[in-house]
Amino acid sequence: MNTVTDTDTATDVAPATVRAIVAGHGSFASGIISAVEQITGKGASFLAMSNTGLCLDDIQHTLARALDDSGAHVIFTDLPAGSCTMAVRRMIRARPGVLLVTGINLSTLLDFAMQDSVEPVVAVNAALERGRASMAIYGA
Amino acid sequence: MPIALFRIDDRLIHGQVVVGWGQPLGLGFIVLVDDEVASSEWEQELYRMGVPPEMSVQFSTVNEAAAHLAELQKRPEAGILLVGDIGTMGRLVKQADGRIRAVNVGGVHHSPGRVQRLRFVFLTPAEEQGLRDIAAQGVDVSAQDVPSARPVPLGELLASTTGT
Repeated sequence: MNTVTDTDTATDVAPATVRAIVAGHGSFASGIISAVEQITGKGASFLAMSNTGLCLDDIQHTLARALDDSGAHVIFTDLPAGSCTMAVRRMIRARPGVLLVTGINLSTLLDFAMQDSVEPVVAVNAALERGRASMAIYGA
Repeated sequence: MPIALFRIDDRLIHGQVVVGWGQPLGLGFIVLVDDEVASSEWEQELYRMGVPPEMSVQFSTVNEAAAHLAELQKRPEAGILLVGDIGTMGRLVKQADGRIRAVNVGGVHHSPGRVQRLRFVFLTPAEEQGLRDIAAQGVDVSAQDVPSARPVPLGELLASTTGT
């Protein structure tokens, strides 16, 4: 699995196929990417990043370097109020064209993984709708 | 209701604060005390959008927060006062006329010159002294990242070399 930390040289870990970075708390990113890999075999489309042990500046620097080295234009995060989301929102002020999608679930990421021949903005909008629509309550 | 938590956390408003503490405390408001954020509309908007609709957030300089502390502590709902570093909390405690009884070290993460004391607390010698100075004013200082964790008293925090 592709992962990035504040001590990695991201060029060592980011293959050319990376289309998006997934960032979140604990093992959220590596966990959800492993699920995408298991279901679609397209886990290598994503780079995982955890906020564990990092201050806001470190999160921002690590994400910026991962974006630069991977050429990805999309960042997925787990929680709207999370530190990764805050860091990305601050960072993308100076990076037009980079898209942030927050509050994702597995359906969101699967849909994005399968749309690898369309523009990022088209793929993320479709993935967002798929992710929203996938949530349901049964037995109520 | 008194402010439920005076917290030092270099991530300021984030998941641990809004969800981890916010839900069990029934948090109604956050006071973010940071001179830089207080002077930047854009930064304020960034943090404002990070809190759920049932929670309000206000931004203050250290001087403003100290001046309005008594008033904040009379609000009917529970609140958290957040600062991003130990120096800021030290300045606030000095101006608080004894209104701050306890300080929570919630997250001071790795940076050059800091030594790891807990999984979520790294300190320079100056920051350690800063915490001692806060405690010397009769404030109970402890480290605790989430409500379910054990609060680690200052003495134990500064003696810890395990990083656990």
